[in-house]
Amino acid sequence: MFIGATTAVLVAMTLVLYRAFAGPTLFDRVLSANSFGTKIVLLIGLLGFLTDRPEFLDIALLYALVNFIGTIAILKFFRYRNMGLSSDEIASREDEG
Amino acid sequence: MTTSPDMVIIIIDLVLLTLLCLTAFAIMLVRHLFAVVALTGAFSLLSAGLLVTLDAVDVAFTEAAVGAGISTVLMLGTLALTKRREATKPKLSPIGLMIIFLTGATLIYATPDMPKFGAADSPGLMHIVPDYIEGSKNDIAVPNIVTAILASYRGYDTLGEVAVIFTAGMGVIILLGRRREDEYGYSEDNAAFPLHPEGSDNTTGKDKS
Repeated sequence: MFIGATTAVLVAMTLVLYRAFAGPTLFDRVLSANSFGTKIVLLIGLLGFLTDRPEFLDIALLYALVNFIGTIAILKFFRYRNMGLSSDEIASREDEG
Repeated sequence: MTTSPDMVIIIIDLVLLTLLCLTAFAIMLVRHLFAVVALTGAFSLLSAGLLVTLDAVDVAFTEAAVGAGISTVLMLGTLALTKRREATKPKLSPIGLMIIFLTGATLIYATPDMPKFGAADSPGLMHIVPDYIEGSKNDIAVPNIVTAILASYRGYDTLGEVAVIFTAGMGVIILLGRRREDEYGYSEDNAAFPLHPEGSDNTTGKDKS
């Protein structure tokens, strides 16, 4: 069962990477980068079960956290075109827009 | 089905390596810099996955945290200060291509001479590692051998690394950190070379690839 799931995840990774190559819009790429991270998390979890070391799940959880930070950074970049804004500046830009 | 987990691991390695090569070529060919940032994130995650299959879980996690996490954020911060497209089309230089192929061929030629994966008698493990394994418990009194090596046997080495990373962090903060409009009178509005000229900040995805 784990072998089948791993195959499915690998196929899904290929498809997601194709979307990252092809685009066409930026948001396709944001989405593909994010879901590629999710696929890696799944793959590491499955690898743990395949090799009888389920403690790999902890590593997979940490990867999920890192992936989340990356996506937040990308979205913040799109929204404000700047990575170093304080919360006050964000609030003032929200008021303008 | 007679497929053993080892077979599956080999297949996973092959697929991940193929995807890694494809991603590398895509990074080379794509001219839209935001796509390149997204692809380098995917590249880091792929190599982290490969390192996990090689049982180097700690290295894999460093790769994922630094490559996919911090680097993505830093590259986006850089993109906020520059343009989103590569300005010049790079030319294919035959000499460079030849050097790369020669280096690659040399590395592949040298690969069979390497010790087997995970072999206990590989030269790297024969020199001083037995002393570390024997001595760390009594010399350092730290139960974890890796911690003992990094923090004590190679303490100065680690201190040097900390200095390097600190310097790099300072450089990044100076280059990308938020600009203060403070007692020095510097602000985006009166700067001689404004970083964000009027009309250049389009928040919507107007420039599609």
